[in-house]
Amino acid sequence: MTDLLEGAAGTGNGNEPLLRVRNLKKYFPVKKGVLIDRTVDYVKAVDDVSFDIYPGETLGLVGESGSGKSTTGYCVLQLLKPTSGSVSFLGRELTTISRRELRAMRRETQIVFQDPYASLNPRMTVGDIVAEPLVIHGIGDRRSRRRSTERLLEVVGFNPDFINRYPHEFSGGQRQRIGVARALALNPRLIVCDEPVSALDVSIQAQILNLLKDLQREFNLTYLFIAHDLAVVRTMSDRIAVMNRGKLVEEGDAEDVYTNPKDPYTKALLAAVPVPDPRAMRVRREERRKLKGALAEPV
Amino acid sequence: MALLEVEDLHTFFKTREGEVHAVDGVSFTLDRGMTLGIVGESGCGKSVTALSIMGLVPPPGRVVSGSVVFNGRSLVDRKQRELEDIRGRDIGMIFQDPMTSLNPTLTIGTQITETLRRHLNMSRDAARKRAVELLEEVHIPNAAGRLDDYPHRYSGGMRQRVMIAIALACNPKLLIADEPTTALDVTVQAGVLDLLQELRIEHEMAMIMITHDMGVVAETADDIIVMYAGQVVEHAKTLDLYDSPEHPYTEALLAALPQLEGEDVRHGRLTSIPGRPPDLIAPPPACRFAPRCPYAGQDDCAVVPPELREIRPGHWVRSAHPASERMGHPVGAR
Repeated sequence: MTDLLEGAAGTGNGNEPLLRVRNLKKYFPVKKGVLIDRTVDYVKAVDDVSFDIYPGETLGLVGESGSGKSTTGYCVLQLLKPTSGSVSFLGRELTTISRRELRAMRRETQIVFQDPYASLNPRMTVGDIVAEPLVIHGIGDRRSRRRSTERLLEVVGFNPDFINRYPHEFSGGQRQRIGVARALALNPRLIVCDEPVSALDVSIQAQILNLLKDLQREFNLTYLFIAHDLAVVRTMSDRIAVMNRGKLVEEGDAEDVYTNPKDPYTKALLAAVPVPDPRAMRVRREERRKLKGALAEPV
Repeated sequence: MALLEVEDLHTFFKTREGEVHAVDGVSFTLDRGMTLGIVGESGCGKSVTALSIMGLVPPPGRVVSGSVVFNGRSLVDRKQRELEDIRGRDIGMIFQDPMTSLNPTLTIGTQITETLRRHLNMSRDAARKRAVELLEEVHIPNAAGRLDDYPHRYSGGMRQRVMIAIALACNPKLLIADEPTTALDVTVQAGVLDLLQELRIEHEMAMIMITHDMGVVAETADDIIVMYAGQVVEHAKTLDLYDSPEHPYTEALLAALPQLEGEDVRHGRLTSIPGRPPDLIAPPPACRFAPRCPYAGQDDCAVVPPELREIRPGHWVRSAHPASERMGHPVGAR
């Protein structure tokens, strides 16, 4: 595929992780001062997080707002520079490689954002949005890019006849399909899905989740799936990592984490989820009562 | 006599493209002390229904026809001044976003006492004392010390607790909660829902809980209304609704939810609903769900509008193809 990655591409068997994150930290300075800013403290958004993702699997990263899950995703993609720690992708250390190499590496790592309203440029047509990664990486000519774009839109279930329309003409679900097509354009290995369905209604959410599942199978994609909705994460993930206040508190096989959570925070989180079943809700309320104290609500 | 009777309510919004039929013939009654859940996806008219009841529909919207009778008195075509006496005193309200529904330039204490002084003519001191009690009632730690804080010093969950305190200040008979926990994290949400339930029983209030989340109302509601495209499509006792949903939309909505429990959910597909909700300027002429319904097209249900009918005692459905009338055609994973 790309020259720079040729050597590393052989690591795609089931035993070597595609992505290896070790002791990842991202601290944001808290500054004070009028003329000269002094750093008075740090917000430890991500604090010593380690995990692996293997080719073809989905790691679900769950947590509440402010837990550092999105920041972790951004640090993995080097969209934010980690304070310290290692992010190794296809055996290459991303935190230290040159800009040129990083750029090449970006072909392999893409992202789908939460808000399908804010993440598409309203002044670009659907076709231009989806083709932009191809243009940036200098792939193909105008005609071949057009063909690729049409094919991509078809793959994500978006009518290619609308290729010259603008994002505002479409609903949230359709826009998220455009976002997914753009992420697929460079045929990446890893896609970070950052709350891809949290802005969508239930009936549309199911369509997008099914699409992501189908694409994963078809293109052997690897997902880092970030979301706050535990049921959504469950349906997408092979393994689950739970974050709380910047720390990874529990990680394991999805089935295990959900049926037999070890960490008190995970337990409390699971007991708090409202489920569409009146009888089960009564049981959960009792569980919550028992767990009271594991969670202190911020005041 | 029911506490609240809504009859054939129509609320339309005039836009350049045409009239949006946001609420199109909604009827229900709510008895004292009962909880009604209204569920539906965005744009189904659930919030506009609540705003119509309270006389708070923003222009260009307007209640075109129908009646709202609260405690024996009609609420439609009443002067704003009269409605202001009722809102906040007899009907409490909580909205989705606690960040925007509190005034950032006034202290929490001012915002609670304002209600007490306006409706109950309390003295400043009495109102302050009562405000502290109210904050304690919604479990705000160190209530007296936090009375003079501004809203930005409170977390999201605590702000929603303050909103609840304000809503309960005058002991309303009815509390309307519009997506009260949607902006909150799930652990905080659980706390706020538990609190609402506790206070509702204590104050013997009726409650209308509006939500998009079928889980949020599963425990607390006595009755549930499912709305789709401005209409009530199903209305039933809560257990009956979750155990045996009748309307194809309700079935599909429940089947489309990712499950927290269950085996091998990872490799299954979710049951999705094809298409999306209709345009409410020119909704489908008959059944509004027909274009997305797996059972439509076998008869005239796309031509003759289905009525909301009582399929069994206490269970109303607006469909020509309710589940119990098409045995042998199971849908989804339920």
